Amino acid sequence: MTAPGLLLEGVSHRYGREPVLHDLDLEIAPGEIICLLGPSGCGKTTCLRVAAGLEPIQQGRVEIAGAEVARPGFSVPPERRRVGLMFQDYALFPHLRVIDNVAFGVRQGDKAARRRAAMELLAHLGVEAHAQDFPHVLSGGEQQRVALARALAPRPMVMLLDEPFSGLDRRLREQVRNDTVAVLRELSVTTLLVTHDAEDAMLMADRIALMRAGAIVQSGTASELYSQPESAFAASFFGDVNVIEGIAQGGSVATPMGTLAAPYQDGCKVRVFVRPEGLSLSAENNDTSGAGAEIVESHMLGPTCLVRLDLEGEFGPLEARINDGTPWQAGKRVRIRLDPERSFVFPASQEM
Amino acid sequence: MAELNPAGGAAALRPMAWLIGRRRHNVGGWSALALFVALLVSVPILVVFAHVFVPAGEVWRHLADTVLGAYVVNTLWLVFGVGLGVFVIGTGTAWLVTMCRFPGRALLEWGLLLPLAVPAYAIAYSYAGLFEFSGPVQSALRGWFGWSRGDYWFPNIRSVGGAAVVLAFVLYPYVYMLARAAFLEQSVCVIEIGRTLGRGPWRSFTSIALPLARPAIATGVALALMETLSDFGAVQHFGVATFTTGIFRTWFGLGDPAAAAQLAAILLAFVFLLLVGERLTRGRAQFHHTSRRYRELPRYRLRGGPAALAFLACALPIGLGFLLPGGQLLAWLSQTAGDSVDSRLWGHAANSLMLAAGASAIAVMVALLLAYGVRLNASPVARGAARVASLGYAVPGSVIAVGILIPLAWADNTLDGWLRASFGVSSGLLLSGTITALMFAYVVRFLAVSLNTVDASLAKVTPAMDGVARTLGMGPAATVARVHAPIIAPSLMTAALLVFVDVMKELPATLILRPFDFNTLAVHAFELASDEQLREAAAPALAIVAAGLIPVALLSLAISRARPGRAQTVAQP
Repeated sequence: MTAPGLLLEGVSHRYGREPVLHDLDLEIAPGEIICLLGPSGCGKTTCLRVAAGLEPIQQGRVEIAGAEVARPGFSVPPERRRVGLMFQDYALFPHLRVIDNVAFGVRQGDKAARRRAAMELLAHLGVEAHAQDFPHVLSGGEQQRVALARALAPRPMVMLLDEPFSGLDRRLREQVRNDTVAVLRELSVTTLLVTHDAEDAMLMADRIALMRAGAIVQSGTASELYSQPESAFAASFFGDVNVIEGIAQGGSVATPMGTLAAPYQDGCKVRVFVRPEGLSLSAENNDTSGAGAEIVESHMLGPTCLVRLDLEGEFGPLEARINDGTPWQAGKRVRIRLDPERSFVFPASQEM
Repeated sequence: MAELNPAGGAAALRPMAWLIGRRRHNVGGWSALALFVALLVSVPILVVFAHVFVPAGEVWRHLADTVLGAYVVNTLWLVFGVGLGVFVIGTGTAWLVTMCRFPGRALLEWGLLLPLAVPAYAIAYSYAGLFEFSGPVQSALRGWFGWSRGDYWFPNIRSVGGAAVVLAFVLYPYVYMLARAAFLEQSVCVIEIGRTLGRGPWRSFTSIALPLARPAIATGVALALMETLSDFGAVQHFGVATFTTGIFRTWFGLGDPAAAAQLAAILLAFVFLLLVGERLTRGRAQFHHTSRRYRELPRYRLRGGPAALAFLACALPIGLGFLLPGGQLLAWLSQTAGDSVDSRLWGHAANSLMLAAGASAIAVMVALLLAYGVRLNASPVARGAARVASLGYAVPGSVIAVGILIPLAWADNTLDGWLRASFGVSSGLLLSGTITALMFAYVVRFLAVSLNTVDASLAKVTPAMDGVARTLGMGPAATVARVHAPIIAPSLMTAALLVFVDVMKELPATLILRPFDFNTLAVHAFELASDEQLREAAAPALAIVAAGLIPVALLSLAISRARPGRAQTVAQP
């Protein structure tokens, strides 16, 4: 069995007295792309800095490709870890031309060879025309590519990307994201990418590690996280949900739209999380199952139809995403049912 | 550019272990050092303040009974007159050159900075010569109208009013610079929104542009007033009794350091009132640019009469603050036909250069130390230390001199007494009246100048750049050499140059602290002018003005680039 590309084992870190990482475990296989996803302030960037060697750890250990690089009181300095780091603001060196930025970390060969290596990467990323420019004349997308080339140029064992697309507008972002993944896959470099955007994570990662308050709460593929969330936080952070309050009774919770398994104590307050596509509609006249509701708004979104429903004031409005091609119109009365596969029940005491 | 400063800065910073960023035990030494420096430079201020609690002596009671009232009244009049003058001249000219278009605008925009090169005492000497009874202006009037003494009224230039006028004409550039930058930095979009909301061009200036620029204008006025409070040469020459002249006289004439320090403490109280006032004026109005879109300013085109008036309005301060005094000094220089340019002058010039070069080198090094102290360990203590260390700029030179001389004299006397008692030898005066004491005073006074510049340039090296450089295989020293040094080197030069020129101009601290018989250009000019040898004073004064032109050129370059949106910055998402 090969050693993991990057391993964080029981890592804890404090800034002064304020704990940022608690007993965090993370393992990335060689060549795997992992997204660290979480709300701001959850410690994801710190996790990245620990991997880069920019922060010391107070507990646990860090390994890169089987070699220990950090434990309490010991830390291989960042310049000897062979990691590539890319920041949200790219942090290009303003005093160096693009080509010198990229060649900055290349050590092998003479100056000409280093520049050649840098040029190849620039050409690969399609920004070779800007080799002689200074960074400030480049557009955001070009700066991103140069920063990526610079991080990749020394052939790192692990790439660490901190919110690499957040400075880009939507259209550009999609393209840059695809190109970035393509390059990372082609070079099959172990990658840890930090983001707060679930869409970034789903589109790029082999696996997603969902992080909260300094620890990883769940990790898995995008579909595992989406369809089998293990906590209220995972359910609500990773995609849209309708939230319905209820009370567990006899191992289940009853909602007007159906009954769901709720393996909690009797009388325990619970929250039911229903994905928008977990609600199905049928015309009222020929059906009496589920709950009656009125369609308040309906929007055609290409293949799906987004419907906002009013359940006679029992709950707030619910949102459903229907993709059976039926044009549901506002004002129409319908019956709603729950898909238990796309609904999750957690105790109300769990924070979202 | 990478070769500009080959590891010169790095060598000095090599011991820095900033392996792992901010919170490492091994950066404690840096913070301690920064704290020590801050303490050291605040010693003069603390000494002066401590004298508030020293029981008032005979001399102090005498001062309080006789001259103290005049000091307060004169100082208040000066502050009022100069404040009003610099506000009107500075804001008005700044608005004209940024918002209007008229022939000669580009030249005036630059030229309005020129009076900054003229030290207040230089303009005072030349105006005194121009407007005194036997001066060219009154002589010409008498010649034209056939008047003789007593036939006519002529304002006495040697008065509080005269002092306020000459100070306003050399200090308005502080307001002009900051107001101009504020007007330029305002997003045109904000003003255009004002237009669409029904404000005319004039109303959108008064209701949007001016309030937005208010913090900058307040800062400019406060800076000009600090210079006013610390001025010694001009008021001394005009015979206006203020705290600075009082401190000088009490120290040398009455030989009472305690009373001098008590006067200094009152002056310091004025300064702190000014600092607090500036803070309050700014209030919570920390205006940020809310719009990121910028376009060329839509300047109002002026023609004919209005254009001529605008031209005159902007040309007048340049004429009165630079051309006239400069021309008078030049005329005197040519009248003395170079007699005053002798080996003595060259000796003084060498002294000035030596002091200025030494002090600017030290000030930049100390600023680097403090700036890196804060960067490595951004604790409130380190920040506070840097803040305290830069307070010196608000403190008048005469106050700093008194605050330095008192403890140094005490140390010298104590050491001397101990040596006499123990070994029967005398050490004499080791520290007071030495170049060291003088350098120390300069660093205390002008550290803020270098610290601000160094801080601003170090901020351009973002922490992310450090992280990137480190992961790209550079050790701490290599990171400093290959990333920090090339980025901050030009700013270090600027910082050194600014301190250099400030030291060249400095008068009161030099006068009090200099070694016996040690002269600089400023002191030389002052002594000649005190003896009414104004012609002879022209040569050293002109040399100082010439040196002062360097930062003016630098500033005009810097602010012409200061328009956001035009100068794109890297790493702005």
